[in-house]
Amino acid sequence: MNLLALQEITKVFGGLIAVNDLSFAVEAGSIVGLIGPNGAGKTTVFNCITGNYTPERGRIFFDGEPITGLKPHRVVELGIARTFQSIRLFGRLSVLENTLAGRHCRMKAGLFACMLHTPGQRREEKAAVARCMEELRFVGLADRCNEAAGGLSYGNQRLLEIARALASDPRLLILDEPAGGMNDQETADLVEIIRAIRQRGITVLLIEHDMRLVMQICEKLVVLEHGALIAEGAPEAMRRHPAVIEAYLGAEDEKW
Amino acid sequence: MEQFFQQLLNGLAVGGIYALVALGYTMVYGVLKLINFAHGDLFTIGAYLGLTLLASCNLSGMLPLPVAVLAVFVMVALLAALIGFLLERAAYRPLRNAGRLSAVVSALGASIFFQNAVMLIYGARVYVYPDFLRPDFTVHVFGMAVPGVRLLVIAASVLLMLGLSAFIQRTRTGAAIRAVAIDPGAARLMGINVDRVISLVFLIGPGLGGAAGLMVGIYYGQIDFTMGWSYGLKAFTAAILGGIGNIPGAMLGGLLLGVIEALAAGYIAIAWKDAIAFLVLILILIIRPTGILGERTADKL
Amino acid sequence: MKRMPLYLALGALLCVLPLVCNAYWLDVCVMIGLYALLALSLNVILGQAGIFHMGHAAFFAVGAYVTAILNTLCQWPIFCTMPLAGAAAALFALLVARPIIHLRGDYLLIVTIGIVEIVRIALINDIFGLTGGSNGIFGISRPRLFGFRIVKSAHFYYLVWGMVGASLLLFYGLWRSRFGRALNCIKEDDIAAEGCGVNVTRYKLLAFVLGAFWAGMAGTVYAAKMTTIAPESFNFMESVIIFAVVILSGGSQLGVLVSAFLFIGLPEVLREFSNARMLIFGLAMMIMMIWRPQGLLPPGPRHYAGPSDGLPPAAPRAGNQATEAGRSA
Repeated sequence: MNLLALQEITKVFGGLIAVNDLSFAVEAGSIVGLIGPNGAGKTTVFNCITGNYTPERGRIFFDGEPITGLKPHRVVELGIARTFQSIRLFGRLSVLENTLAGRHCRMKAGLFACMLHTPGQRREEKAAVARCMEELRFVGLADRCNEAAGGLSYGNQRLLEIARALASDPRLLILDEPAGGMNDQETADLVEIIRAIRQRGITVLLIEHDMRLVMQICEKLVVLEHGALIAEGAPEAMRRHPAVIEAYLGAEDEKW
Repeated sequence: MEQFFQQLLNGLAVGGIYALVALGYTMVYGVLKLINFAHGDLFTIGAYLGLTLLASCNLSGMLPLPVAVLAVFVMVALLAALIGFLLERAAYRPLRNAGRLSAVVSALGASIFFQNAVMLIYGARVYVYPDFLRPDFTVHVFGMAVPGVRLLVIAASVLLMLGLSAFIQRTRTGAAIRAVAIDPGAARLMGINVDRVISLVFLIGPGLGGAAGLMVGIYYGQIDFTMGWSYGLKAFTAAILGGIGNIPGAMLGGLLLGVIEALAAGYIAIAWKDAIAFLVLILILIIRPTGILGERTADKL
Repeated sequence: MKRMPLYLALGALLCVLPLVCNAYWLDVCVMIGLYALLALSLNVILGQAGIFHMGHAAFFAVGAYVTAILNTLCQWPIFCTMPLAGAAAALFALLVARPIIHLRGDYLLIVTIGIVEIVRIALINDIFGLTGGSNGIFGISRPRLFGFRIVKSAHFYYLVWGMVGASLLLFYGLWRSRFGRALNCIKEDDIAAEGCGVNVTRYKLLAFVLGAFWAGMAGTVYAAKMTTIAPESFNFMESVIIFAVVILSGGSQLGVLVSAFLFIGLPEVLREFSNARMLIFGLAMMIMMIWRPQGLLPPGPRHYAGPSDGLPPAAPRAGNQATEAGRSA
């Protein structure tokens, strides 16, 4: 069953076609990699899925429901959570509070309950803190929960973004270069975390330039060039696909 | 029809003054991302300095009138520029790395300070510019009698704006100002002395603003110490209308605001003209959230 | 809650102040309380959500005029007009903020200034024939609370500071909830906030509406205290003062109180300098900001019950700790 399906998505900026008539699907429970040379439009595709951009043409379905053009917070409520390529944490809030921000959309306390701290609000708050601590433990940041997020190392900031996304109970997790700026050890840990996420029943769609990581964990790759799909399939097949090899020629930093 | 053209010309004259003041807001915003709320009061200071120089130094006795006025123009611009330069050093430079709104509050404090300094020095009454300063010829255009002073004000503001545009577009220093406005960090790495550029902007902006103050004195014949608030607010509105940080935008915004106001005063109701100006601003921003010429940068994700 | 002793000391001081102050200084303290009320409500919008709003006087004006009109024309008792004044200001805020809420920083700043000016000009021009033009409205009656007539400065003092106390508690609750966190997230990075599930537009609007409601209620108290209101009491300068109080405060509620005392009290202390007092005031504004660019008292961290309980001591993170956590989950 497909959890996510893109149908003929086109996104244009000014005169530039960033994504061109793109269709692909993500099967529930899988880990799918979206790859391609720099400027291929990968992040634009993500932004179309998460509602940050509205595509000019085409439709996006999540679990069979159309989500094209929904506002980003609605998309999160439906069960798609994301991380950002250029880390976007709330730097002056604590690590725990950043995770609680992800939990926000699953909480219900209204304005008056918040002002008056009603018993229901207190219960909900307590449960949210407990849940977020669990997510922090999951990524290994629990002992730093009271630190300011801006003070974490690059790799830990990426993990915190993942924890924040997980706190919103996603069914699909979208990771934009999760290993960017990580050293080898951190990347190895990340691979384990992504696998554990899938074991929790969460589908993962990721953009990554670290081909070792991609080959290690993805069951399927979708390859973009100039905003258009050039190939999709199993990683091993993609490695030998002529169009893919062509697209990557000269991209020295992305050795297979 | 004649009334329309008269209002239009009147609007262009006032708009030219707004534009000159707006340039100061927009240039400072460009390099520092700061709304210099004290800018309107530098404009007031320009008007008062002009009066003092013209009246007490008896320049107009020593030199032919147009030359005297021109000399005063230059002196006022230089003095206002000097005050602007000192203001930046004293009130804004220490806050360069603080939150943006801290500098805004400092600017508001500076505005209150300048306004009350003018009041203490000159008194709270309205001052009248000497009558003989006002050129009293009229020009006949298409059968309309147009006061010459109106045309002179339009011409002077257009001339100053063209001069500034040429400076910004054609010179190396102008290129440095543009570079700092786009990215101060990168500009510094390219060997541009950012502090010097900021100081320069605080010379040019207040210089133009001070000159505009003198023009208001000559055009309307009277000045008071609170005029910086209203003109400053209008000019800031004009800068936003055109797209803050954008130099042609400030010019366009100023002229447009002047014309809108004049037409609103002429055709709707003079009591509502300021409200209408703001209403138009709000409507334009609803349609174009970054002003008329402001860049519509999509948020980087 | 490290600041609790400070609050208690301040509270005790405020309680006994009427016993030692003369009527003049008591009136000053009433005004300080009123501005504290306005600044606390603006702090939700400007301090917590980071929305550049310099037009709070407009909502204050709407509240004051609603009370004045209902009281003088329909003979409503003052306290009955209070919820309506708040609601009217909130509704007004909702209507004007809805189309402009997406504007960024400085664009929003000038638009909110514009709203103050439009409101003031509308009041001067006797809009709907109800506002009395530039003379304003006079003859507003004194409020009655359970049969007790509030007339004297001391009465208003306790009324205003009682409201400040209640506001402190309610806004503190707000700050310590998902609502306050959502506003902080919007201030830090609104795209990230939206991206992790916060309805940014809705929360910004709610902040506006809530702040305006409070400003409207403050307007009621102001009208009752003054018994006369005029458009010039709600000009741009008022907005500037409220704005500056919030920025100087640094964003915490205690900071707002201290800042309100400085901003409203200072010109009174400087009265002996007569004409020069506003000159010194402007200078003081600059010096205070340069002295404390981050504000007097930035908000401290929120504390969460037991997040660090039952955790391993903060040891340097082992390389494979994340892996273990991943497996155990």
